Amino acid sequence: MRERMHTVSHWWNAQSRPVQWAYMVPVVIFILALPVINPPIITTEPYTDFPISLFNAAVFALIAIGLNVVIGQAGLLDLGYVGFFAIGAYTAALLSSPDSELGVRYPWLVIVPIAMLVTMLSGVILGTPTLRLRGDYLAIVTLGFGEIVRLLADNVDPLRGNRGFQNIARPGGDFPDGTPIFSQTDALGFYWLAVIIIVIVLLFMGNLERSRVGRAWIAVREDEDAAELSGVPTYRFKIWAFAIGAAVGGLSGTLFAAQVGYVNNQRFDITTSTLYLAAVVLGGQGNKVGVIVGAFLVSYIPDRFQFEPTYRFLIFGVALIILMIFRPQGLLGMRQHLLAYGRQAYQKLFGAGAAVAPSGLSASSKARGDLAETTPDDHAGTSPRGGGE
Amino acid sequence: MTDPTRLDGDPGEGILSSLEHMDAGERAEHDAAVASSVAPTRVSTVAQGETLLAVDGLTVRFGGLTALDDVSFDVKRGEILGLIGPNGAGKTTCFNIMTGVYRPTSGDILLEGRSLSRMKRYRIIQEGVARTFQNIRLFGAMTALENVVVGTDARHRTSVPGALLRLPRHHREEKEGVEKAMALLEFVGIADRAADKATALPYGYQRRLEIARALATEPKLLCLDEPAAGFSATEKDALSELILKIRDDGYTVVIVEHDMRVVLGVTDRLVVLDFGRKIADGHPDEVRRDPAVISAYLGGAIDEATPAVAEGDA
Repeated sequence: MRERMHTVSHWWNAQSRPVQWAYMVPVVIFILALPVINPPIITTEPYTDFPISLFNAAVFALIAIGLNVVIGQAGLLDLGYVGFFAIGAYTAALLSSPDSELGVRYPWLVIVPIAMLVTMLSGVILGTPTLRLRGDYLAIVTLGFGEIVRLLADNVDPLRGNRGFQNIARPGGDFPDGTPIFSQTDALGFYWLAVIIIVIVLLFMGNLERSRVGRAWIAVREDEDAAELSGVPTYRFKIWAFAIGAAVGGLSGTLFAAQVGYVNNQRFDITTSTLYLAAVVLGGQGNKVGVIVGAFLVSYIPDRFQFEPTYRFLIFGVALIILMIFRPQGLLGMRQHLLAYGRQAYQKLFGAGAAVAPSGLSASSKARGDLAETTPDDHAGTSPRGGGE
Repeated sequence: MTDPTRLDGDPGEGILSSLEHMDAGERAEHDAAVASSVAPTRVSTVAQGETLLAVDGLTVRFGGLTALDDVSFDVKRGEILGLIGPNGAGKTTCFNIMTGVYRPTSGDILLEGRSLSRMKRYRIIQEGVARTFQNIRLFGAMTALENVVVGTDARHRTSVPGALLRLPRHHREEKEGVEKAMALLEFVGIADRAADKATALPYGYQRRLEIARALATEPKLLCLDEPAAGFSATEKDALSELILKIRDDGYTVVIVEHDMRVVLGVTDRLVVLDFGRKIADGHPDEVRRDPAVISAYLGGAIDEATPAVAEGDA
């Protein structure tokens, strides 16, 4: 079995990136169809609406992808990531809710780029003074950042604290039968949107990984001093990592706010940040597919076991502990491709027959399995964060 | 034959498999092609044999300890300069100042007349001073090839927007970087392990990989910090050969090394430090007869280098 996986992974790595994406198409279609199929054992119904559960998992996956840039790739421990999610959600609220003092009602598509810019900027503002710190110190400061954002939401009057904002803008469009594609009650459209956004973000993340930027991040993670003494402008690329991670966090915030249609100060606590971190560590830091799987599980398991309300978080916790004991590197180990022309280079060196899997043979030995596992994870279940609204 | 390091050849014919089928003449031609694609491409304002790096009255104090005391010496373009001295003499401190790890208490370091002592570390590398480390410091989770490409990135300018949108410069730099890195791996003799993670490489390969990564930044000056540490006699000879090959390819090298066989085998000139002061500077043959040097080695800490000096005299 292991050998077969290895053969498959070799075959997979020998394919060019566009071909790999072509193979992904049916997988993505299956992922998109999942809530319609509503498979018996997997479904979270009747306790939680399955599309909503999947939508929440997809938002969680998007967050994990963003956090993975910061933690998994650049190796910067960020314990306040929920802050960026909150800033994204609040930006959407302020720019579209009738409760907002700004008095504007921008459409969702206009809000998304604005929110991403705002969160990106907040990432830069947080990073500029703090990224001179390392390790534990950075963790403490980011923890503080998350709390500051939450306390601002609690106490700054225009942010309306517990009362929150109603009627946040959502994308338009109707199904042929006249019902809106994007609505609060039926999360199907939002789920599809989330999956498509994830695919696009993954594409861009892949571009970054196979470039000077991705290499700089990994170099910083592996040995920051050696990176700097090899000519990597470490500080600048750490700020980029923060900014990009923040932008993705903000994007997921707007997506979430649009689906729920309502934002108040209740969902941005430290526990949520911890769960984001758990998703990344569980799935495998530095493995994009891995963190998606991790996010799916963290979001889906509590939903799936909702029939056991007393013990469901106990089940969840025990599952986490067992997993960390047996797979400390996460479900899928670290895996990265850092060269845009890596495949050609290795083939030139070792002949066309050599399907080289650089960086992380053990993880890539699952290449095909990855895909199968990706499937559920993209449409993962509800998060313990907010439950399925 | 065409440049063996180019990507756009027939991918079926790998460098290694083709090497096996070469006769001596083809092999020499191939090596020359590799060497020429590794050779420095940057224009230096300094002529061959002129002062490339000037260390000028360098003093470094850590609290009460004076690690370097008013040390001055020059590195001429195209030479291999040995920086030697007993343990604790200040050799590595000197390297650390040259690459911006520490800042000097007073004095200055000038590369082609430009001061390095206020520059950010990564800027110093971009200016042209690259180094290896006494205790190997590779990026463990990267392949050998990726490690070297990080070095080539020091000369690249693509940042997030360019990489995100895969702009032409990104493609050009990616291709150029990988080709250069492949050539470098072959130049230092470890191309057969290009796809292996750095941590999976044997010790000697890791040392060579560090040299390749440093060379990838296209340095005007290459600083090697004890490159022969932990090597067997055969490996030391191979390393000496490599260092000479690097110099012959057009690079300038400063080497800190305890092993006298390597030092006397490769260096054109020696600077000797003892307790943070320069005690000798000159041709290796003169320096090893210098009474001050002999007393520093014999009278100071018992050092592995001592018998080697005596042996060299015999």
